[in-house]
Amino acid sequence: MRLGAAIAKGVKLLVGIVVAILWRRPRERAERLPEIESPTLEREVTGGAGATLTVVAMLVAAALALAGFTVLYIVLPDTQALGLTIGLGLVLLGVALAVAGKAVVPQEQAESDYHDFGDELERTAIEHEVRESGEGVTRRGLLLAAGGAAAAAGGAAVIVPLASLGPNPPSPPFSTPWGPGRKVVDAEGTAITADEIEEGSMVLGFPDGVEDKSVFGASILVVRLPVAELELPPGREAGAPEGILAFSRICPHAGCAISMYRHPVFAPTAPGPALVCPCHYSTFDPRRGGALEFGPAGRPLPQLPLRLDERRELEAAGDFYEMVGPSYGGVRQDVPGDAS
Amino acid sequence: MPAMSALDERLGVSPGARKLMRYVFPDHWSFMLGEVALYSFVVLVLTGIFLTFFYVPSDATTVYQGSYDPLVGASMGEQFRSVLHISFDVPAGLLMRQTHHWAANVFIVAIVLHALRILLTGAYRKPRELNYWIGVTMVGLALLEGFLGYSLGDDLLSGMGLVIAYSVALAIPFLGEYLTFLVWGGEYPGTTDFWPRLEIAHALIIPVVIAGLIGLHLVQIMRQHHTQFAGGGGSEKKVVGTPTWPGYALRSLGLFAIVAGLLFLLGGLVQINPIWEWGPYETWLSTNGAQPDWYLGWLIGGLRLMPPLELQVGGYTVVPTPFWGGLLFPTIVFGILYAWPFIGRRFFDGPGKHNVLDRPRDNPTRTGAVLALTAWVFTIFAAGAADRLYFRTFIPYEAQVWFFRGMAFVLPVIVFFVARRLARELQRRETHPLRGTSARIVRRTETGGFERARASPEEG
Repeated sequence: MRLGAAIAKGVKLLVGIVVAILWRRPRERAERLPEIESPTLEREVTGGAGATLTVVAMLVAAALALAGFTVLYIVLPDTQALGLTIGLGLVLLGVALAVAGKAVVPQEQAESDYHDFGDELERTAIEHEVRESGEGVTRRGLLLAAGGAAAAAGGAAVIVPLASLGPNPPSPPFSTPWGPGRKVVDAEGTAITADEIEEGSMVLGFPDGVEDKSVFGASILVVRLPVAELELPPGREAGAPEGILAFSRICPHAGCAISMYRHPVFAPTAPGPALVCPCHYSTFDPRRGGALEFGPAGRPLPQLPLRLDERRELEAAGDFYEMVGPSYGGVRQDVPGDAS
Repeated sequence: MPAMSALDERLGVSPGARKLMRYVFPDHWSFMLGEVALYSFVVLVLTGIFLTFFYVPSDATTVYQGSYDPLVGASMGEQFRSVLHISFDVPAGLLMRQTHHWAANVFIVAIVLHALRILLTGAYRKPRELNYWIGVTMVGLALLEGFLGYSLGDDLLSGMGLVIAYSVALAIPFLGEYLTFLVWGGEYPGTTDFWPRLEIAHALIIPVVIAGLIGLHLVQIMRQHHTQFAGGGGSEKKVVGTPTWPGYALRSLGLFAIVAGLLFLLGGLVQINPIWEWGPYETWLSTNGAQPDWYLGWLIGGLRLMPPLELQVGGYTVVPTPFWGGLLFPTIVFGILYAWPFIGRRFFDGPGKHNVLDRPRDNPTRTGAVLALTAWVFTIFAAGAADRLYFRTFIPYEAQVWFFRGMAFVLPVIVFFVARRLARELQRRETHPLRGTSARIVRRTETGGFERARASPEEG
């Protein structure tokens, strides 16, 4: 086999290199070496045949494993096999080097001086140089002021182009496509009817005819609750036909999607229904118009007023009662909705 | 050695090379942690370069046609598709990607343990404060770099992380809106400009800064020499250890190969971040039980534990709640870390230069303070895993949040006093032969006499 012969040749070459590296010819020390700042304290020559052969064996094994990586890469690039060969090869190589460092080459302890930095004389000399460099210079204040102005303007000119990165945020920064008459559709674009919304389930909804569903103001969740249980803020009763409520899907805390709906089955012991964000556990009460029940959100979950059209399909009766999206400095807590 | 003389005759490298070969490394296992971090970084750079050849920084919608059957025909962003391509269709791609991810996790573990070692042994004291601050800066950069790295895939997990990062940045009073519109190029989820920015930050800007700081870190160490523990024969004036050549260089290269080998074994055999199981991110999707990479758990915990304190003036929000847990909390932790040399000088280290390290017991107050800070951050970190705890214990998250809120105040105090007491007790029952006694190390000579082997530490 040509491949076998090549591998054997390679191994021989490798062993040769290793031996050449590790073989230390007894060398006549030069008469006088330049002085060194880290003199030897202890020196022990350890290189025994046993340790050397162990190292050679491990190096050969490492070479085989690493060559195996290349072979596997060509014939069967399987992740596990590749990882195993290159990983084992490197570990063997590492152990071989560590053993060589500990048990083959001479072991030495040396000492060095810690520098005690700080040279007062040099510092004085520098002060002197600086003082001399200003000799004969007049109008220093004016020079400094002009230089400072140039530096400040230059610095600003370097930073200003960063403003090209993005536009100024509009007010409010997050747009919503919702408004009176905007149909609620599912992910496929099919209208959602009131009868599809069952108690205890949470339905994901999108604005009809809107290309970009990914902005904070687009996606909503729809739930149904018994009308008698609702304690909505005043003026919102009309936005919850038959007890069907819509909320922004985006948590006003940190922007995650509200994907959990806690709907207790055993009324006497369980807490009430709640919309929960899995990221930081902001918990909102749909009966009270998305008011915060627990967790870190600083504002209620924005509610979207709904109405039913003549085919009992859901549509928005206006925009959200509150600002959508996570909070920012300047967001109003109590923006009155334009649902009317 | 002709190469040596050729270089030496042109550049005069031999004195420097000899000095480098004779540089002295004191021996202690804990000095290895920084090396593990360094070598993980090398693996990160090498595997990362491979990944940049295939990653596509674009959110343009595409339909998947690769060899992972369950997602064929699914619509997704180009960036998500390119990571699937790396994982399933590039030979050795998954190995490189998983090794890269494992290396990031190990990199940060090693950095954090290294930092704890520095704090507990007082290695940050004069004259090494500058290098300590470089180190703290690298901790912060490594966290950011890791976060940006796993955000690149735009899978469900990373998308949830990015939107939280967006909200935290948005919560900076007065500046948040402007900052987020600049970085994302517009309203969330951003314009097409955002993805190349994310990639260039992760694959070029931050790694180059980290590499530069590593260089500075090492140059400063060499200039000042390593610190050392007492008992190795060294003193405040002299450092004793193994010279670079040949013993230390071989051992350290060996460590490099072992670290790289273990990372490749992990990358080849242990699955990490299988994004095809999470699926692509959409703003209206999220999942329960999702955990970020471990090193971001403390920020998730900070966001979770913070009560809804939205600072308002006249009905307008001034400081949104994510600011406290997501930004103020890490700022305080890093502020404490940066201020640590000053805190130490004022309360438990005293003035003066130090080259000899303390063992944790040697300075009980410092040890108590370091462990109290660790306990504080760790408690909040643990709260970041509350959803996993829920799956194991079925303790509701409300109760867990209240528990962790309490522990964040109580545990550091307990840890401080217990650790300080333990350190004092250990000191009292001092069993170390080279401290607090008049012990000498003696050695039998060949002729049968005795001689002193090393100076005792008191004489130093």
